[in-house]
Amino acid sequence: MDLVVINLIDGLVTGLLLFMLSSGLTLIFSMMGVLNFAHASFYMLGAYFAYQISLYVGFWPGLLIAPLIVGVLGALVERYGLRRVHQYGHVPELIFTFGLALLIEEVVQFIWGKNIVPFDEPELLNFALFSIGGNAIPAYKVFMIFISIGIFLALLYVLTRTRVGMVIQAALSYPRTVEALGHNVPLVFMGVFGVGTALAGVAGVIAGPVLGTFPGMAFLLGSIVFVTIVIGGLGSLWGALVASLLIGWLTTFAATSTFEFASLLTAIGLERPEDLSESYIRDLWTLSLPQIGPILPYILMVLILVFRPFGLFGKRDV
Amino acid sequence: MTDTTHKSAVSTPASRLTLGQVAPWLFAIAFLVLLPFVFKSNAALTIMNQMMITIVFALAYNMLLGQGGMLSFGHAVYLGFGGFMCMHIMNAVEDNGLPLPLPLLPIFGGLFGLGLATIIGSFSTRRAGTVFAMISLGIGELIAACTVIIVVLFGGEEGISGDRTYGLPVFGYEFLQQIEVYYVLGFWTVLSALLMYLFSRTPVGRMANAVRDNPERAEFLGYSARWVRFYSFCASGFFAGVAGAMVAINYEILTEQSMSATQSGVILLVAFLGGVGFFFGPIIGAIVFTLLQSVLSLYTEIWQLYLGALFLATVMFFPGGLAGVLMMHVPVARLGKFGLLVMPYIKTLLPALVSVIGVSALMEIIFHYRHAPPGDEEMTLFWVTFDSHNLLAMLIAFVVAAAGFWVAKRNSGELRNAWHAANTPDGGRA
Amino acid sequence: MLKITRFGVAAALALSVSATAALAQDIKAAFIDPLSGPFAATGSNGLHQFQFAADRLVNEKGGLLGGRKLVVDGFDNKTSPQESLIQLQVAIDQGYRYIIQGNSSGVANALTEAIEKHNKRNPDSRVLFLNYSAVDPALTNDKCNFWHFRFDANADIKMDVLTDVIAGNKDIHKVYIIGQDYSFGKAVSAAANAMLKAKRPDIEIVGDELHPIGKVKDFTPYARKITAAGADAVITGNWGADMLGLGKALVANGYTGPVYTYYAAGSGITAAFGEAGKGVIRLVSEGQTNPPVSDVASAYYDAYKAKYADGNVDQTRITNTIAMLAAAIEKAGTADDVVAVGKALEGMELDSIWGTKLFMRPQDHQLIQNMHILQHTNEGVTYDYDNSGFGVVVESTVEMAGMDSPTTCKMDRP
Repeated sequence: MDLVVINLIDGLVTGLLLFMLSSGLTLIFSMMGVLNFAHASFYMLGAYFAYQISLYVGFWPGLLIAPLIVGVLGALVERYGLRRVHQYGHVPELIFTFGLALLIEEVVQFIWGKNIVPFDEPELLNFALFSIGGNAIPAYKVFMIFISIGIFLALLYVLTRTRVGMVIQAALSYPRTVEALGHNVPLVFMGVFGVGTALAGVAGVIAGPVLGTFPGMAFLLGSIVFVTIVIGGLGSLWGALVASLLIGWLTTFAATSTFEFASLLTAIGLERPEDLSESYIRDLWTLSLPQIGPILPYILMVLILVFRPFGLFGKRDV
Repeated sequence: MTDTTHKSAVSTPASRLTLGQVAPWLFAIAFLVLLPFVFKSNAALTIMNQMMITIVFALAYNMLLGQGGMLSFGHAVYLGFGGFMCMHIMNAVEDNGLPLPLPLLPIFGGLFGLGLATIIGSFSTRRAGTVFAMISLGIGELIAACTVIIVVLFGGEEGISGDRTYGLPVFGYEFLQQIEVYYVLGFWTVLSALLMYLFSRTPVGRMANAVRDNPERAEFLGYSARWVRFYSFCASGFFAGVAGAMVAINYEILTEQSMSATQSGVILLVAFLGGVGFFFGPIIGAIVFTLLQSVLSLYTEIWQLYLGALFLATVMFFPGGLAGVLMMHVPVARLGKFGLLVMPYIKTLLPALVSVIGVSALMEIIFHYRHAPPGDEEMTLFWVTFDSHNLLAMLIAFVVAAAGFWVAKRNSGELRNAWHAANTPDGGRA
Repeated sequence: MLKITRFGVAAALALSVSATAALAQDIKAAFIDPLSGPFAATGSNGLHQFQFAADRLVNEKGGLLGGRKLVVDGFDNKTSPQESLIQLQVAIDQGYRYIIQGNSSGVANALTEAIEKHNKRNPDSRVLFLNYSAVDPALTNDKCNFWHFRFDANADIKMDVLTDVIAGNKDIHKVYIIGQDYSFGKAVSAAANAMLKAKRPDIEIVGDELHPIGKVKDFTPYARKITAAGADAVITGNWGADMLGLGKALVANGYTGPVYTYYAAGSGITAAFGEAGKGVIRLVSEGQTNPPVSDVASAYYDAYKAKYADGNVDQTRITNTIAMLAAAIEKAGTADDVVAVGKALEGMELDSIWGTKLFMRPQDHQLIQNMHILQHTNEGVTYDYDNSGFGVVVESTVEMAGMDSPTTCKMDRP
C-alpha cells in the first residue's frame, strides 16, 4: 500500500514535468500547425544554462534567468528560422525542427563536452521532507510539484482571463480576422513560441539536477513528449495534462510492478519448457513488465493513432 | 520542396526509349565497373560498398518523402528487418547446405521488407503528413526497442552474424574477397535504382506525386489517395529490404543499430541533403554523406556539428538540396549563358568559402581551447601549427571569417543580377 | 587532439596502391573505439592512455626490436559495429597489424568474427585483436579464437570476486540485482544468481530485473522498489547515464547499503556522484591506484596527470596491454608475423607496474590478474578522478582471480 502512495507521488512528479514540456508544445502546435521536434532540446538548453549560471551565482537566479534566455532563443528561432521555412509547407517545417534538434545537441556537446555535468539540487532543498514506509520523499520533488502546478495555473489564468490570452485564443481559430482587427499575429506567434520554449526551459532547470544533465537528455525525453501530445490530442491543453499524468503514472507503476509475461503464457495453457534455449518464444518467458515499461507509451500512442487519430481530447483532425 | 518537384516531374510519358534516357544508366554502369580499377584497396571498396547501400536505401526512402510526400521517422526498421532475415537465411544456408547462391539474397531481403511494410502500411498510410510521421516514429521506436528484447530474432545487442562464403558458388566465385562483393552490390544497386526509376514512371508512381501535392483532386480523379500511398509505402519497404540484404552481404553482421532511430534520422538527412525533389538527388546525398562521414570524421572531432549546420542550412536556404542547386543551372545552360555566371560566382563563392573556412577554424580553435588537455596547447589546422591559447590565432580566424563574409555579401548583388540576366532569354528585357 | 596522426580514408582512396608500401619503421596499432558521439569521452580518454603508455613504456626506452617505435592511432568507430568493420578494413590496408578495441561487447563480437574471417581469407595481412575492455564472457568461451586476447577480467570473473566479498559480509542477507536489458546485463544477472546460490545459500535474492538500456528517464521507481524489498546490497552492471541515474535515485531515496558495480568511476561519473556516493558505491576492477603501490606507479600516474590534467588513469589494464604486447614482440623477434607474436603472448607471465602478476591463460586468451573491490570515497585518495577530490580506494583484493575458472573455448591454432 505504501508503495502505491509513493508511486502516485512519483508518477505525479514525472507527469507534471512532462506537462511543462507538452503544454508548450501543444500550444505551439495549435497556433502554427508545427510539431516542434526541437522542443526537448530547449528543455536541455534550460538545464545547461542553469548549470552554467549556478556556477557563478547559485541555483535560484538560474531558475529565473535560464528560462528567459531559452525563451528569447526560441523566439529568435521562430522569427529567423521557422518563419522562413514556413513557406515551403509543414513537412519541411518538421524537418527543420528535426535538424535543429540535431544541431542543438551538437552545440551543447561543443560547449559543455560529452560527459554528465555535476548540476545538483540547491542545498536548501537537499533533504528528505518525509518518508513513507522507509522511502524518502526529497523536498526537491515536492518543490517540483508546486512549481509545475503554479505554472499550470498561471498559464490557465493568462489564456482565459487576460486580454493577451483572448487574442491568442482568437488567433488560434481566426488568424485573418484577428489580423484585420489590428493585432500583429506574427508577433503573437513569436511570443507563443518564445513562451512555449521558456516553459521547456523551466522544466529543464528543475529536472536537470534530478534526471541528470547530459547531452542525451533531450533525445531521452523528446519522443515521449511527442507521444504525450499525440495521445492527449494535438492542440488540446487539457489533453496534454491528462496524457502527461497518464504516462507519468503508467511508466512509474510499470517500473515497480512485478508482473511477468510467463504467468500470462501459463494462463493460456502453455508450459514452461525445461530448456529455454530451444523455445522460439523464450524471450516471452523471461519478459517482465518493468522491462518494457518505458516503451508502453509508444504502444499506447500507436493504438490511439490507429483507433482514434485525433487523440483523447483532440477536437480536430491533424 | 514542392516547387522543385514540379520542375522535376518529367512531362513526357515513358513511351519511347531515347538515347538521352538510356545514356545516364549506361554511364553509371560503366562507372561502377571501372571504379575498382582506380581504387583498388579493400578499404576503398568497403567505403564504396557502404555508399551503394546508402544509395539504395536513400532512393527507397525518397519514394516516400520525395515522391509520395510522406515523412517517415522510422524507415530503418524495414532495412533492418530485411537484413536480419537475410542473416538468418545465410545461416540456414550454412547449416543445412541449401543450394542458394549469395547474389540472390537481396530478393529475399526485399520480400521480407515488403512483408513488414504491408502490415505496418495497412494502418499507417491512412493519413499523410503529421499523423503519418508520428505513427512512423512510434512504430520505429517500438520495433527498435524490440530488437534488444526479442533475442531469438535479432540476437540482442550483439546482433546476428554469419558467413557469406557458404552459399552456392557462382561461376566459381565464393565471395571471399571484397572486390567480388563489390560487383554483386553494384549489380543490385543499378537494378534497384532502375526499378525504382521505372516505378516512378508507372501510373501508381505518378499518382503518388499527385496525392502528395493535392490528395483531394487525386480522389476526384477516381484514385484512392490511401491506396496510392499504401502501394508507394510497400514498394519503398521492398527496396529498403534489398538495402538490408546488401548490408548483410557486405558486413556479414546485422545489429540493432541498423534498425535504430538514429539510422532512420540519418537517412532523412541523406535524402534531404541530396535533394528530395529529383530522382537522382538521394544518390548525390548518399555519396556526399558517406564521404563526409568517413573523411571529415578523420580530421575533426566535431564533424557532426558541421553536418548538423549543413543540414539546417540546406533546409532553410536550399530546400531542393544539392540536386536542386544543380538543376537550377539547367535553364541557364540551355540558354547558353553560363559564361555570365562564372565571374560573379568566383567573386561571391570564393570569399564565402574563405568565410566558411574562417568560421570552422574559429570553431576548431575554441573546441581545442575548451576540450584539449591542459598543457597541450599546440594544435595543427590547415597545415599550420600554433598555440590554441593565443588570442591572435582566434583573432585571425575571426577576421578571415568576417572579411570573407563581407566581401561575399558585397558581391552577392552582382551575382543576383547576373543570375537574373542568365535566366532571361535574349530579346526579353530583364 | 588533432595531433593524432590519422591517415585518412582520403589517403586510403587516393593512395590505395601503396597500401602496405609504407613498410613502416613504426609498429602500428589501430585503436578502434568511439571518438565522436555520446561515448567519445570514454574513447578518447582510452586513446590518451594508450598513447601515453606506448610512449612511456616503449618509445622513451628506445623502442622495440632495436629501435622501432610503437604508435597507437585512433580510428573513430562511432560505437557502431558496421563503422568498426569499415575502420578495421582501412586500418588493415594501411599496414596496421594490431587492432585495439574495448568499448561495447557488441562491437567486440563483430570485430572478433570479422578478424577471424579476414585472417582466414587473407593470410598475407593477418592481424591480432587486443581487447582491453569488452567483458562478455563469450569472447573467451564459445566465440574464442586465436587472434583475440582479452586484457580485462571477464564479467564472470568479476562477479566471482564480487560474490566472494558479498559472501564474506555477514550483514548482507537480501540482495537486489538490477541491470540493463542486453547481453551484458543478463550475463551479470545470471552469474550473480548462480554464484550467490553456491557461496551463500542463505542470502535471499529479493529482486532480479532488467530495464531498457538508455531509455529510463527517472530511476526513482526502481529505487523505491529496491528499498521496499528491503535489500541490504544491490548488484548492477549499469554504466554511463543509467549507472548515475540509478545511483543517485538510490541515494536520494535514503538507501545506505553498498551498491556493487562494474562501471561507476571516471568519465564524469565520480564527480557527479561526489559526496552522495561515498560509502555506497563499490566497484570491482583491476588496478590499484589508491593507495599507490610503488614509486614507479606513482611516477607513471604523475607523468600522466602532468600531460593530461583533466584525464584519469582509470584503466590500468591499458598499461598492461602495451607492456605485454611489447614483451611479446621482443620475444617473438618480429612485429610483422602476428602468429609468432600471438604464440609469444600465449601463456606469458609478466609483472605489472600496478603491483600484480599478469598471466595470459593459453587455453582461452583470458588475462588472469589480481582483482580489487574499490570504494568510492574522498578519504585516503592520492589520485582522484575527474579532479573532484573523490576517487576509488582498494577495499579488498582477490589474487589472480579466476585462475582456474572454467572455459568452453576450443581454439584452432594456425
